[in-house]
Amino acid sequence: MDINVIGGGPGGLYASLLLQKEHPDWDITVYERDPKDNTYGWGIVFSDSTLSALREADYKSHDRITEKFALWDPIDIHYEGERIRCGGHTFSGIMRSDLKDILRERCAEVGVEMYWDHNVDNPEEYRDDADLLIGADGLNSTTRETWEDQFKPRMKMGDAKFAWFGTEKPFDVFTFIFRENEHGLWRVHAYPGRKSTFIVECTEETWEAAGLDEKDEEEGLAYFEDLFSDHLQGYELESKLYSWRHFPIVKNRTWSHDNVVLLGDAAHTAHFSVGAGTKMALEDAIALYEGFEEYGTDNMQGALNWYEKERRPRVEGIQEAATQSRKYFEQTERYTDLPPEQFAFNLLTRSGKISYDELKIRDGDYTDNFDRWYAQYADGGNESQAVATPPMFQPFTLADVTLSNRAVFAPGPSSVGTSGHPASEQIQRLADIGTDGAGLAMTEPVAVSARGRISPGTPGIYEEGHLDAWADAVSAVHDAGDTKVGIELFHAGQRAATKPREYGLDRPLSDGDSWDIISASATPYTGRSQTPTPMDDDDLERVRAQFADAAQRAADAGFDVLQLNMAHGYLLSSFLSPLTNERDDEYGGSLENRLRYPLEVFEEVRAVWPDDKPITVKIPATDWRPNGNNLGDAFQIGRQLDEYGVDLMTVVAGQTTSNDRPRFDTDVLARHSEQIRNELNVPTMTTNYITSTDEINTQVGSGTGDLCHWYPPNTDINSL
Amino acid sequence: MQVGIGLPNTLTGADADLTLSWAKRAEAGPFSSIGVFDRIVYDSLDPLSTLAVCAGATEDIRLATSIVAGPVRSTGLLAKKAATVDVLSDGRLTLGVALGARREDYEAANAEFRGRGSRFTKQLDELRDIWQSDEIGPDPVQEGGPELLIGGSSDPTYKRVGRYGDGYIHGGGPPRAFAKEAEKARGAWNEEGRPGDPTLWGHGYFALGDDEAAEKGREYLLDYYEFTGPFAERIADGLLTTPQEVIQFVRGYEEEGCDELLLFPTVPDIEQYERLETVIENEWDA
Repeated sequence: MDINVIGGGPGGLYASLLLQKEHPDWDITVYERDPKDNTYGWGIVFSDSTLSALREADYKSHDRITEKFALWDPIDIHYEGERIRCGGHTFSGIMRSDLKDILRERCAEVGVEMYWDHNVDNPEEYRDDADLLIGADGLNSTTRETWEDQFKPRMKMGDAKFAWFGTEKPFDVFTFIFRENEHGLWRVHAYPGRKSTFIVECTEETWEAAGLDEKDEEEGLAYFEDLFSDHLQGYELESKLYSWRHFPIVKNRTWSHDNVVLLGDAAHTAHFSVGAGTKMALEDAIALYEGFEEYGTDNMQGALNWYEKERRPRVEGIQEAATQSRKYFEQTERYTDLPPEQFAFNLLTRSGKISYDELKIRDGDYTDNFDRWYAQYADGGNESQAVATPPMFQPFTLADVTLSNRAVFAPGPSSVGTSGHPASEQIQRLADIGTDGAGLAMTEPVAVSARGRISPGTPGIYEEGHLDAWADAVSAVHDAGDTKVGIELFHAGQRAATKPREYGLDRPLSDGDSWDIISASATPYTGRSQTPTPMDDDDLERVRAQFADAAQRAADAGFDVLQLNMAHGYLLSSFLSPLTNERDDEYGGSLENRLRYPLEVFEEVRAVWPDDKPITVKIPATDWRPNGNNLGDAFQIGRQLDEYGVDLMTVVAGQTTSNDRPRFDTDVLARHSEQIRNELNVPTMTTNYITSTDEINTQVGSGTGDLCHWYPPNTDINSL
Repeated sequence: MQVGIGLPNTLTGADADLTLSWAKRAEAGPFSSIGVFDRIVYDSLDPLSTLAVCAGATEDIRLATSIVAGPVRSTGLLAKKAATVDVLSDGRLTLGVALGARREDYEAANAEFRGRGSRFTKQLDELRDIWQSDEIGPDPVQEGGPELLIGGSSDPTYKRVGRYGDGYIHGGGPPRAFAKEAEKARGAWNEEGRPGDPTLWGHGYFALGDDEAAEKGREYLLDYYEFTGPFAERIADGLLTTPQEVIQFVRGYEEEGCDELLLFPTVPDIEQYERLETVIENEWDA
C-alpha cells in the first residue's frame, strides 16, 4: 500500500504511525505545509480519561505523551468575585508542539516519510499516485475543498469572537473566568501546561465596544493583562498568531470518497470549550487503523466504511454536546442574573452530558455544598443547614402559596365527561395524582365554556354543578397531604369539537355531534378541520366573561393555583400566533396587537382570582413554523405577561398550527424554559419529558426552570 | 414484553410451504406475533398479501407489517388492504408504517419520491377516516382501525406518532438505541396530550447455528441494506448469532420498556425458526 497523508498535525501523524507500525512494507508519506519545528498553538486538553485507547494503539507514544502531561481534576469558576471549585473531572493537557514532537519522532522510528515546508495545492496528484490519500489537513482542508462535491461539507460560524493566548502564569486547574467591564462580559478559558493556555472569548458587540478591531497585538495584550491582572499576577500574555476568530463548525455528509478519506478537523470540528478536537483526531486515526485491521488491504472500501461507521455516531454525540456548550458561551450574558453558585452549576451542566447525579459522583462535597446553598437560597433565609436535601425537594413560593417541592404532575386531556361535567374518573385522577407526592398537581385543561371543549367529554367549569365536583377533588388532595392543586383554564378555539384523542388528534366530530367553533380568524386547524368563525365583539366580550366566571368558580372550588393556557393552538394562542391571527382590528397585526386579547383575558381573570394566589400562564416558546412566532417573540410575550403580573410561565412549544415542525431532541423544551427564565428573569416551569429525579435536580439546580413537569415511571398520570 | 418472529418474506426462496409452516408453528410456539418486511425492487413477497394468507392459516397470533412504506402506496389502496387483512384475521393486524427510504421502490411503484414526507403525513391523517367512513369498506374489526404504529427516526416521525399513531415501531439496533428513540416517542406522546402510553415495538435480526448461517445472514443484511452505504455494516454487525446474544438482546429491550420485540430471520430455513423457538421457549420467561 502506498499512502499519502496531507497534514502533519496530531491526527495525520498518529494515523501514519499506527498504519506504518503494523505494516512496515507500506509506503506512507506525510506532507506538511509548516516547518518541522513550527509550534503553532498552545495547550491541548483531553477532557476525559479515555486515553487507554492510545495506550493500546501505541504504548511508546502513550508513555511519552503521558510523561509530558499536566494532570488536574478540578474546574474553577470565577464569577462576581467568588471562586467555585468542582472536582472529579480528570483532565490532562499537553502542549500541541510537544505532542507533535513525540508523534513525529515515533513516525520516524517506524519509517514514515515526512516532508515539512511542503505545501499541497493539488491533492489530486497525491491521490493519483497512491492507493489512499488521507486528508488530515485541518480546519481549512484543501483535501475537503478539492472533493467538495463528494464530501458535501457544511461550515457554520459561531457567533462569539475568541483568541488564543499563552502565559507563564501557572494556572493549576481548568479555570473559567467571567468578568464584566464597561465594554461587556469577558469569558476566559485557562488551563495548565508547560505554558498555560489562556483563551479569551466575548460577543461581537463587546469586542467592538472594547475597540479591539482597531487595537494592534501589543495594545490588545495590554488590555487583557490589565483586565485580568488579578489572575495573571504580573505575568504577561503572549500571542503566536494574534487573531480574533469565530469558531467554525465543520460537518461533512461523508468522510470518504473513492480512495480519499478525511480525518480530524478536516472531517468535523467541535467547540474548544469541550476540549475534544485533538482527542477526536487521534481516535479517528485509531478507528482508521482498526478498519484496515478488520478488512485488510484487499477491501479498502470496507475499511473506510468501517472507520466512518465507528466514528460518526461518537463524533456526532460530541458535536451535539459541543453545540450546547458553544451556545452557552455565546450567550453567557443571559446567565449573569444567576447567583454565583447557580451560575457555576449551570455552567457545569451546560452540555447536557453532566447531570446532578454525575456531579455527585465526581465531587460529593461540591454537590453537598450546592445543596446547602440551594436550600438557603430557596428558603430565602440566611440560616445555613448542616445537611440539605437536593434542589428538587426544596420548597417554592408563588404569591402566598408555597409548594413543598419542585415536581408537578399535569395530565393531558381526557374525554369521559358529560356536558362539561367532569366524570368521576376525571375527578378521581386528579385526586390520585394529588396524593402521589408532587408539590403541585394540575388538572388537565378545563374548558371555560361548552364551545371551548376539545371533545364532548372534555371537563369544564362553566356551570355550578361543575364547581362542586372539582371542589371535592381539591379537598381530597388537601386532606391527604401538602400537595397544592392547580387548575388549567382554556378554550379550545379552532381545536374544539374533535373526537377523543384515543386514535389521534384533531379529527373533527361528525356533523351530528359537532358544534360551531370560534377562533381569532377563520383558520381551520387541519385540512379536514371545521372552519372556525372569527370572533366578533360580542364573542370577545363573552369569552372574556367566561374566563372570569371560570376563574371565580375555580377560586370557590379551592384551587391554589390558576393556569391560563395561551398555547398549543387553543383559543388564546390563536390570537398570539401570526399564523392563525389574520384580524385587521386592534387584535391583529403587530405582536403588541396580537397580545391584546390574551392580556385582556388575563386581567379579567386576575380581577376575580384571589390576590394571594398565583396565576401562571402556559406560553409557546416557538411556533416551530416559518413566519410564526419564534423565541424572540416569546421573549416579548413573556416580558409583557411579566409586566402584567403573571407569577410563572409554563413553557411549551409548537402545536399552534398542525403543520409545525417540532424538534424532538429530548432537551429542547428544557432549553426553551431556561432561555425564557434567564432572558426575562422570571420563574418558569419546564414541560420537558422528565422521568427521573436526577433530571429535576439538574434542571432546578441549574436554573433551567423553577418547577418541572414530571412523568415518574410507575405513576400513570395520563391514564384515562 | 412479548416476542414475535419475522416471516422470511424478504428472503429469497421463501415459498408457500415455508411461509405457511413458519406462520403456523409460530402460532403454536412461544411467539405472540409474526412480522413482515416490505420491499418492492427485491426478491421478496408482498407484505399484506403474505399476511392475508397467514391470516387464514392461523387463529390467534398477531400479524404485523414491520414495516410497510406508506407513501409508496396510494392511501385508499393501503387502507383497503389493511382493513381487509384485519377483517380476514378477525382483528389481528398491526399496521407498522414508515416513509420508505429506497428511491427505486418509489420509481417502481410510480410514486413521487420527492415530497414523500408531507404525503405520508397526509396519508396518516386520512387512514383513520377511511377506516371509519362508509365509503371505502370493509369496516376493520378493530375499533378505530388496525393498530397503527409509525416508524422512522426523524423529528417529524415523533410528531406523527403523537398525532396519528397508536405507537412507535423502532427500526432496529441495540437496546440503547431503542431506548433513546422510545424516549422521544413517549415525549411526543405526552406533548400531544394523548391518553395512556404509546405502544412500543422493536426489532432485531438473527441467524442461529453455525458460522455458515451467520455468514449467510450477514450477506443478506449487507445486500438488503446496501442502499444505506456504510451503515449496512453496522446493521450486519448487530446480527444475533448465538442464543446468548438473542437473550441479552431480548432482556435489553424488555428493560427499556419495549412492548413487543420482533426477531427477523436472515436465512430462509425452517431450522432457523426452530432454533429461535428453542431459545425463546427455554431461556426467556415473559
